[in-house]
Amino acid sequence: MNTKELIIEKIKEKFSESVEEISDFRDDLSITIKKDQIVNLGKFLKEDSDLQFIMCKDVTAIDWATRKKRFTTVYHIYSFKLNYTLRLKSNIDDDPPTIETVTSIWQSANWYERETWDMYGIKFLNHPDLRRMYMPEGFEYHPLKKDFPVLGIPGSLPLPNKAD
Amino acid sequence: MDRIKQIYNDEKLLKKLQEDQNLTIEDVLENEMVINMGPQHPATHGVLRLVLRLDGETVVGIVPELGYLHRGYEKMAENMSFIEFIPHTDRLDYLATMCNNVGYVLAVEKLAGIETPKRAQYIRMIVAELSRIAAHLIAIGTFAMDVGAVTMVMWTFREREKVNSIFDRIAGARFTTSYTRIGGVASDIDDQSIAEIAKFLTELEPALVEMDKLMLSNRIFIDRLEGIGILPKEDAIALGVTGPNLRASGVEYDVRRAKPYLFYNEIDFKIPTFTQGDCLARYFQRGDEVRESVKILRQCLDKIPQGEVIANNPKKVLPHKTKIYSKMEELIHDFMIINFGINPPVGDTYFSVENPKGELGFYIVSNGSGQPWKLKIHSPSFCNLQAVSQLCKGAMVSDVVAIIGSLDPVMGEADK
Amino acid sequence: MGLEAVLQKDGFLTTTIDAIVAWSRKSSVWPMPMGISCCAIEMIAAADPKYDIARFGSEVMRFSPRQSDLMIVAGTVTYKMAQVVRRIYDQMPEPKWVIAMGACTSSGGMYRSYSVVQGIDQFLPVDVYTAGCPPRPENLLNALMTIQEKISKTKARDFKNRSLAELEHSQN
Repeated sequence: MNTKELIIEKIKEKFSESVEEISDFRDDLSITIKKDQIVNLGKFLKEDSDLQFIMCKDVTAIDWATRKKRFTTVYHIYSFKLNYTLRLKSNIDDDPPTIETVTSIWQSANWYERETWDMYGIKFLNHPDLRRMYMPEGFEYHPLKKDFPVLGIPGSLPLPNKAD
Repeated sequence: MDRIKQIYNDEKLLKKLQEDQNLTIEDVLENEMVINMGPQHPATHGVLRLVLRLDGETVVGIVPELGYLHRGYEKMAENMSFIEFIPHTDRLDYLATMCNNVGYVLAVEKLAGIETPKRAQYIRMIVAELSRIAAHLIAIGTFAMDVGAVTMVMWTFREREKVNSIFDRIAGARFTTSYTRIGGVASDIDDQSIAEIAKFLTELEPALVEMDKLMLSNRIFIDRLEGIGILPKEDAIALGVTGPNLRASGVEYDVRRAKPYLFYNEIDFKIPTFTQGDCLARYFQRGDEVRESVKILRQCLDKIPQGEVIANNPKKVLPHKTKIYSKMEELIHDFMIINFGINPPVGDTYFSVENPKGELGFYIVSNGSGQPWKLKIHSPSFCNLQAVSQLCKGAMVSDVVAIIGSLDPVMGEADK
Repeated sequence: MGLEAVLQKDGFLTTTIDAIVAWSRKSSVWPMPMGISCCAIEMIAAADPKYDIARFGSEVMRFSPRQSDLMIVAGTVTYKMAQVVRRIYDQMPEPKWVIAMGACTSSGGMYRSYSVVQGIDQFLPVDVYTAGCPPRPENLLNALMTIQEKISKTKARDFKNRSLAELEHSQN
């Protein structure tokens, strides 16, 4: 059987009640799972000897603005053995948004989650060092949320005085 | 705003400063220093701030701080159409601009399901490999300048100027070209440009031999780089490092082989790998990749077919300007595409290409309208910089400079 | 410096000294490259053998602000970086000039977003603006020559107290 069917079968074996949706758009497999099972699924995908998804390429989030489950975190993980990039998603519905961190499984997720916290305001529980990545420390907003204007809020960032 | 002022008027910090007034010489020799290698520094590749904790000259801990060049690309992408974002992709990795253009346009074409003609694909391959040569030459040159061999910068920039004049001829601009379009490339390349590329390749190979002879007989250069900043294979994978840094640590992963795009599956080239994983291995890795790129370019110049350079898909691809000014349907299609966008189907895709710095990926979420709902850029320099804190522990201060030079980050990409 | 500043009258001696001082200042402008992003590559290209900024006297591109007289701000300046740029400008000794290289420093460039300063003249006095994204190295050399022209018109006593009204903005 090909790679996609292998992955789907293995995941359905163990996590069939937590998987919300499996979609295949333009030849990319993405799996939506309930948010409390994300760490267990990640660990299973990394440690299973047939799959071995050992590299986490990216962690990001999508802001759906008007939906009830406003945010979705998206994880891209890669397996050298199968040469396949898999996408995991999980919807977040609480306010303020929180989700468990995956740095215990993939060390590279450290900075990606910091960036997601900076841009979207999603707190990652048990993250070793959750602070802002790009904006200065005292900045009060989260820029990539849909209610933040692209031109910024005047006065939110300090500028040095004009020289003499 | 007030919170920022609060941090600068911190009470704990004030107390600590006052304590230090009563230090004796024994205290000073036992304490560690916290030094700021600030954003403006001749050795950091762009505006990267490093805070080092030093015990004498040995680095005990290091924390990089990014964000000094954060321009808000992802937010701007949500407010402009797919075509308007192409000049912005130039400025991501501003040393290899054509590669970024090619990557972005391929990602949008995957999302929207647009086919491009074969000649356009070959032209994209040619310009991407020329960009790769230019970027690796700068990486080698500035790396050598950081460790003290200043002549290399002048020599590699001399070669890079030839690539710049080729781009000037093909695309009109020296390096921020915005040459590719959704559905092909902006304009055709003529035979004179192909002759110039062939001439550049014949001049490049003796120049590479000359540069090798200069650097590798320099005992100081070898001693300064050998055994420094060793990145083992498992750590490289765990930290998400890609590109020449990963291949110099022993993992043979190249997106052009793993998930071939354009016509790389028809071209014969090897993927150089080294197993030592230290700074010298990364230096050799880049030199070998330049030689492989020369081979790829020679094959592409032989195999390039004749044909169109832009697809004929009126609903999604902009028609040529001469037709817009003279024919009615092309005018209407141009109006619809510019004002309402290409309207790809609802969904999300991830597409990645092999940039000189690593793997550049675009994750585009579309909601059916002409503007992306979300565009995430997986930039290789951002991922490679995560490895800095592990690589520099236990090294000397001057090794920090060599390690950052060998990882070759570009802040325009790391800060987005 | 003290002698010329004290002599206030425009006699033969002072104008000759002014001319000599202005000639020596403009022939050896040492730039401090504040290379932040893409324009920095064109600035380095202006120093490479093809465009050769060294023949204008700018042989040394010193990265130390205390040893330079011209600051070339090349690259997009964000709010976070503006504090750093201003600090370095303050560390430069008088006389000092600033070239705003490229579209991003002149007016924010193509980045109309929340974190980019729309033009460095919001916090620095600029002498010469350069257009282009990035400007070609010849454009940067033209900017340098304009600065040299500007220096040749100054008097030696001008740099004791420099006020904003005296600065002339020259558009390139």
